[in-house]
Amino acid sequence: MSVTVNLAETPLRELHAQLHALHEDSNETSWEVLNPRGQHAIAVGLTAPVEVTIRGHAGYYCAGMNQNATVVVDGHVGWGVAENMMSGLVRVKGNASQAAGATGHGGLLVVEGDAAARCGISMKGIDIVVGGDVGHMSAFMGQAGTMIVCGNAGEALGDSLYEAKLFVRGSVDGLGADCVEKEMEEAHVTHVAELLERAQINADAASFRRYGSARKLYNFNVDHADAY
Amino acid sequence: MCGIVGLFLKREELRDNLGSMLSDMLIGMTERGPDSAGIALYHAPAPEGAIKLTLHDPSGEHRGERHGERDWGAIASEMEAALQVHCTATMRGNHGLITSATDSDTARAWLARAHPEIRVVGYGQVMEIYKDTGLPIEVIDKYDIRAVAGTHAVSHTRMATESAVTTDGSHPFTATDDMCLVHNGSLSNYFGLRQWLRGRGMEIETENDSEVAAKYFAYRLSQGLPLDEALRAGFADLDGFYTFAMGTRDGFAVVRDGIGCKPAQLAETDDWVAMASEFRSLADLPGIDDAVLWEPKPGQVYSWRLGAAEQAAVA
Repeated sequence: MSVTVNLAETPLRELHAQLHALHEDSNETSWEVLNPRGQHAIAVGLTAPVEVTIRGHAGYYCAGMNQNATVVVDGHVGWGVAENMMSGLVRVKGNASQAAGATGHGGLLVVEGDAAARCGISMKGIDIVVGGDVGHMSAFMGQAGTMIVCGNAGEALGDSLYEAKLFVRGSVDGLGADCVEKEMEEAHVTHVAELLERAQINADAASFRRYGSARKLYNFNVDHADAY
Repeated sequence: MCGIVGLFLKREELRDNLGSMLSDMLIGMTERGPDSAGIALYHAPAPEGAIKLTLHDPSGEHRGERHGERDWGAIASEMEAALQVHCTATMRGNHGLITSATDSDTARAWLARAHPEIRVVGYGQVMEIYKDTGLPIEVIDKYDIRAVAGTHAVSHTRMATESAVTTDGSHPFTATDDMCLVHNGSLSNYFGLRQWLRGRGMEIETENDSEVAAKYFAYRLSQGLPLDEALRAGFADLDGFYTFAMGTRDGFAVVRDGIGCKPAQLAETDDWVAMASEFRSLADLPGIDDAVLWEPKPGQVYSWRLGAAEQAAVA
């Protein structure tokens, strides 16, 4: 069953009350949200496996804390889209502002356009696929999960990186402290190809370069004081 | 927080709508800045050789008393007698607007001597600035902003961090003739920079960090730097975080600090260019669904000029 909610008429809290009341086996599995007009925190904290499509541009923290749901934004999003996502899928058809997918534990975030600075900051298991570029300090302190960038990356990619896996097809303005380029092996090509397919982004998996942690900042070492 | 907006109209047919388009944008920034609002309008140029002064008398404001009520006509007559030049006065809200057939240095010097209690909020041939405490919608109504026609405007809604909630502490801040600055963010080296600028002859009137930035850019421009380079010089000298929108006689510029601490959105159509802290302020603009929308990159200067835009539109 499909439900349409027009945010020009319905307060956002009312939409959330409806979405949060949904059970796992609800028949209302398809939701369309009209006139988001850049409002903040649209479709946050969802737990039911429903699909929510937002027609227009959303503001900050769209689809934050998502669990199980699929949220599609037919437009651009502001800061912190899919922040702390646990599972499910968030797809942005336009561009995302800063800190897309920040601290995410799981699920898949797809940004079809560009993502701005600090994309995937402190990512903890989320997978992020960006069709365009990412801004500076992306994957900062990334702990787990995979980030695939089909375009270019800004300065200080993967600064203070733990075990998040980074793949960039285009240029990288600079690597952050303790982030290094690593060899792209067959298993990595397979992994990238599988994620690109899930993200429905068309790119040649073999054309990406791999970046990861040199693992030299895990413990303080006076010989590396310059890197801090 | 704070919200900033800028609007630049490329087509002459749209200019009657400047005030109403800007008002909708400013109301969109209410949640980011509910304590005061200010608007710099570029419209109704004074005749060649004359300037406009937007004036406010803050006496009593810091004690929470009624303020700003002055006989601006009488002050214009005094100025006319003292300077021997033609002067006229009108009122908008509690600000006075005096048009004087002299240059801004002469008029401001006379005002500082004869009426030291009066603040010059804005000056120049084209720019007028109105600012006040209260919600954006209240300031818009009080100053009848919706009715204003013009070419471009920059505007600010304030959530104060670095100085008191007063008219003086509100943005925009005038940098020099026809040039003003609005700021989202806060600076941390402004005490030192203020001293440095005062040592170089710049007048700084308030305790506000953003006024220091405005006067810093004015100083760089007075050294002969073009606008874009003056704004870039700030990357080395201003410590803090900021998105600035600067209004100039014939255009406007947008710049974010190199880290990108504060947000900004730009939108452009064949008819207009608009910037705002967030999309919320752009949502009501006519033609927004077909506009090109993007986030300005940190550490990069974006600017538009009236002549250039018209040429681009024609081409």
